[in-house]
Amino acid sequence: MATISQDNHGLRLAVRYLVLVLVAVIFIFPLVFMVVSSLKPDQQLLSDTGSLRAFLPVGDIGLSNYTHAFQRAPVGLFVFNSVFVTGLTVLICLLVCSLAAFAFVFLEWRGRAVVLSIILATLIVPFETIAIPLLLLVSKLPWIGFSGIEHGWLNTYRVQILPWAADGLTIFLFVQYFKDLPRELIEASRVEGATWLQIYLKVVMPLAGPVLATAAILKFLVMYNQYLWPLIVVQDEAYRPVMVGLQYFFQLNTAWGEIMAYLSLITIPVLAFYLVLQRAFIASIASTGVKG
Amino acid sequence: MASSLLRSDRAGWGFAIPAFALIGTFIVLPFFFAFYLSLTNQRLISPNPTEFVGLDNYRSLLGVAVVTLEPERGDDGAVLRDEDGNIEYPSLRSVTRNDDTPQYRGMREWFRWSSGDDARVVIARDVVFMKALVNTFTFVLVVAPCQAALALGLALLINQRLRGINVFRGIYFMPVVVSIVVVSLLWRFIYDGQDGLLNNLLSGLTFGLFQPVDWLGNPSTALGSIIVMSIWQAVGFHMVIWLAGLQTISPTLYEAADIEGATKWQRFRFVTWPGLRNTAVLILIVITMQCFALFAQIDVMTKGGPLDSTQTLVFQAVERGYGKQDISGGSTISVLLFLIVLCISLIQRWLTRERT
Repeated sequence: MATISQDNHGLRLAVRYLVLVLVAVIFIFPLVFMVVSSLKPDQQLLSDTGSLRAFLPVGDIGLSNYTHAFQRAPVGLFVFNSVFVTGLTVLICLLVCSLAAFAFVFLEWRGRAVVLSIILATLIVPFETIAIPLLLLVSKLPWIGFSGIEHGWLNTYRVQILPWAADGLTIFLFVQYFKDLPRELIEASRVEGATWLQIYLKVVMPLAGPVLATAAILKFLVMYNQYLWPLIVVQDEAYRPVMVGLQYFFQLNTAWGEIMAYLSLITIPVLAFYLVLQRAFIASIASTGVKG
Repeated sequence: MASSLLRSDRAGWGFAIPAFALIGTFIVLPFFFAFYLSLTNQRLISPNPTEFVGLDNYRSLLGVAVVTLEPERGDDGAVLRDEDGNIEYPSLRSVTRNDDTPQYRGMREWFRWSSGDDARVVIARDVVFMKALVNTFTFVLVVAPCQAALALGLALLINQRLRGINVFRGIYFMPVVVSIVVVSLLWRFIYDGQDGLLNNLLSGLTFGLFQPVDWLGNPSTALGSIIVMSIWQAVGFHMVIWLAGLQTISPTLYEAADIEGATKWQRFRFVTWPGLRNTAVLILIVITMQCFALFAQIDVMTKGGPLDSTQTLVFQAVERGYGKQDISGGSTISVLLFLIVLCISLIQRWLTRERT
């Protein structure tokens, strides 16, 4: 009897793993196809799609697609633009949103409830519903530059950064986190005569590591993967980010090997980043759900 | 508990103002601006001054009417039929270009059905918009339940205590961190009519019996193909939220269920599912909001075609507001989209309210 139930157990375990592996294959095969294809010349890439060879680095393998991609388009510039815009937006967003959340949780001031409810109300406004009026707005906004006042924000970095520099979700995440910090800490510091800025910098922010990581990861994913907004406000390739720069590869003749190389180039760093910080990525997504 | 220690109007506003100003300028202002613009004929760049046009933009989007066409009859009063035996009807222009029915002027056929000998024709002022509306609703109604259910299935699958389970969780979540633009391009290869991976797989499995389909080039399969891909990309996101919900359920409840001798289904039905109630509400709302925003997949894969079978509201708003520089038209669609999203989330909240 004992051996039978043990066999049974082993079999069930094997079935479980089989299911897990099959599902994993479904989720991973397009990404494997992308990386493998980026190493193949166009002709072989297309002929390989008929067999399992599509997923194996076999045949005429090399990095020439990557060098050609760099020759065809200003890839380095696109990557720089994306990294610059994403990095700066994440930094500004963490700063202004944590400041605001600090004020909402620890300070008592006239107008607090109204301002907070306006900000939380924006959570049900999808960006897609304000993109068009915002396009008109930013095309007219003034800006004080080196040559005096100019009008129009199209084709700049700031048009990609400032509209995203504060958002309701990030403030909400900070508010939820700050609420769980002991208020006595703040009150004690006040009694000792610390200014509000000192409390923010020396008491609260040193404790905010987890929520900073969560907010940074979520914002990073949104910003790096931007498509609709830069598509409509940045026509000048000097300011275009990676996802919009993709259009470059569809002009004239479409070279699929180069496209796969470009896709791999802009995706692998993010995937690597994710694999290293997997736990933090998944925890940050989960935290948008638990308390909401 | 008004503590004077924590009271400071100046510091409060000082800390909150940067974020509030940014959100006010770039979210709240354009939000109200959209309502205003939808009542004008504003263009992105125009030499003419902007005029107030009232509800004209809404009328030209939403105008729909049903007209009845009576069959052509011969001199003896019998219904005329063509060679295939189909009833012949007068052309729709006899209605839409007739001075007796000025209210139908400029409208085009959306679809028709027959009722007895007559044909009922639904005509719309803006057929493309109507198709976009229907497609968007189809997308939401299919994706929201399917994706939520699949995500729950994955979460249950990944919630087992097995060696190496974190590796699988990590893989299932992977597509979420990949841009939807990249994913859409990759799936163009999968769906390709000639060298597509899907056609090759299906013909391999059926030993060549399967006839290749141009998945994205065929009006009857294009939207379905985009639906499948969208679920594939986003399901990991909601799996993680379900998983977080699962892990808040106390293990003692499961122990109690085991002592009572509950079956697996009973465990799920009476312990797991009630514990996931709030998570379910949240997930449905989040998926619905994301679905209504459908744009990048369409822009990369089909541009709304073939035959407008993948037009969506956001794609139309962008095509008009940006492509044709018709800011007022794009804003009108945006306002309608917002009203739809608002209604749906209110209905969802009401349907799933706490019953006390």
